[in-house]
Amino acid sequence: MSALGIRSLNKNFGALRVARDVNLSLERGARHALIGPNGAGKTTLVNLITGVFKPSSGGVFLDGENITALSQAARSRRGIARTFQINQLFRGLTVLENLYLSVGERTRACGRLWRAAGAERAVIEEAMEHLDALQLADDALKKVRELPYGRQRLVEIAIAIAQRPKVLLLDEPAAGVPSSESHLILDVVDRLDPDIAILIIEHDMDVVFRFAKRISVLVAGAVLLEGEAGDILTDERVRAVYLGEEAADREARRG
Amino acid sequence: MAGNSSELPAAGMPGKSGQAAAMRARAVAYLANRQRFRLIEGLPWALAIAAYFAFPDRMTFGSQILLMVLFALSLDLILGYAGIVTLGHAAFFGIGAYTVGLMASRLGWNEPISGLFAAAAVAGFAGVASGALLLRYRGLTLLVLTMATTIMLQEFGNLYHDLTGGYDGIPGLEFAPLFGRFDYDLYGHTIYLYALGVLFVMFMAVRRIVHSPFGAALAGIRENVARMHAIGSPVHGRLLTAYAISAAIAGVAGALFTETNAVVTLGVFDFDTYSAAVLVMLILGGAGRLYGAFAGAVIYMVLQDYLAKLSPSFWQFGVGLLLVLTVLFARNGLIDLFDRFIALLKRTARR
Repeated sequence: MSALGIRSLNKNFGALRVARDVNLSLERGARHALIGPNGAGKTTLVNLITGVFKPSSGGVFLDGENITALSQAARSRRGIARTFQINQLFRGLTVLENLYLSVGERTRACGRLWRAAGAERAVIEEAMEHLDALQLADDALKKVRELPYGRQRLVEIAIAIAQRPKVLLLDEPAAGVPSSESHLILDVVDRLDPDIAILIIEHDMDVVFRFAKRISVLVAGAVLLEGEAGDILTDERVRAVYLGEEAADREARRG
Repeated sequence: MAGNSSELPAAGMPGKSGQAAAMRARAVAYLANRQRFRLIEGLPWALAIAAYFAFPDRMTFGSQILLMVLFALSLDLILGYAGIVTLGHAAFFGIGAYTVGLMASRLGWNEPISGLFAAAAVAGFAGVASGALLLRYRGLTLLVLTMATTIMLQEFGNLYHDLTGGYDGIPGLEFAPLFGRFDYDLYGHTIYLYALGVLFVMFMAVRRIVHSPFGAALAGIRENVARMHAIGSPVHGRLLTAYAISAAIAGVAGALFTETNAVVTLGVFDFDTYSAAVLVMLILGGAGRLYGAFAGAVIYMVLQDYLAKLSPSFWQFGVGLLLVLTVLFARNGLIDLFDRFIALLKRTARR
């Protein structure tokens, strides 16, 4: 039984078909990349899996259970976490509070209104552990908006990890980060818990081939091809629609 | 997994103990410090008590100020903390005002403190009922819907003129002595202390709520509702809880209004006198900082009182001017300006 299953998923916005009969399956511990040209519907697929959008037809399954009818929050509580292509952080709050909310909502501590926030020791300590692991602990008491963008990107990932997900969807984790710093983020991605099934959307082919064991290529809302990372690189159709010259260069260099 | 990073701890694993423990202690101390009482917080309360002795003949007006502080505080919980902008908060103020008004006139129940509880319950229930529907909307839609609901409530009261007394209201209400002992004097001394006591209790309750984990979740909703959904927060439920509490407190403020004035009219649902004014007070004082409600309501009421004596028809110009200046030069309200001034004094003193 796969951790995440997507079956015959379709989504139309009026006449626009943004997902066409998409099938995808992630086993426990999967390292799966989703690639495709701009506008292929990659982020839309993440939104369909997490429940931001309801599909026009088809289903989403978590550990075999049909979660298509569940709200975004309910899916999250069952173990689906995501990061956003453009930071979605609590910018006016401290880094600590950003993590506090993620841990506190997961453990339901955030429902308590007659207790001091500072009295929730377990929540604070776990929040600090997650920050520690991503070497963000020194910035814990700074407001998120005061951090450099690359550090904010790490907070984005830390919040998702603090949800203790079974399935993690990473939407271009290093997007917008200067290439000199992106390795810091990708190191974190490499070190994620091997039990979590991870789907990563990424444009940088070096990252994709380093990280992913399997790859799905999405074109115009449909899965053009899915397979082992090595096979995808050499596929003619993929090169034609997506990899283009980059792959040709790679071939040439390997020559 | 590949890695030139094997010397780093794995994600989710605790790091090196000594330094990490120190950081954790700092984090706990930081959050615990948030709700610690600071000396400066005594200032508004000391001033309120000083006013009792300084202006013995203005205590009725003083009570009006205190109940408006309470009303502004109720709005601060949802606007300043959860980021929900409403233009219909007078609905709950009015419901609270009419709850005690009708109880006294129709049922003959005129014990004041139980009246407050009744007003809180009825207004809180109205908050749950209307919030369940309205809180699904945001922004302009919510503004218009809350405003329209309040106007409809007012017109509904006008339709049942016989019950509500319409815009003439229910005059000549009489309330039983406070705690069965303290009767009301002509100058409003008893009522002022009563209002101050109620405000203090409610203020401390709200203060506790905003510094709770639930209060943190409200701030999360204000800062980024999309992320709150993504981390599994029951956003609608959280907002509904906050809205109901806010409505109940607004209801208590309305009940105090009826009890201090011994009269209630449909004017309590007025858009400009209540719904809009309370928003202006909060913007003046500073939203999302508790004492902003205090400062804003006091400044608004005193300025209105002073300017209306100078020119009965143009006082709004003065208030409007102050509002424009505040929005332009003190974005986070006058309390923030005060905070920055204190910080500046401290820095210069240290040199």
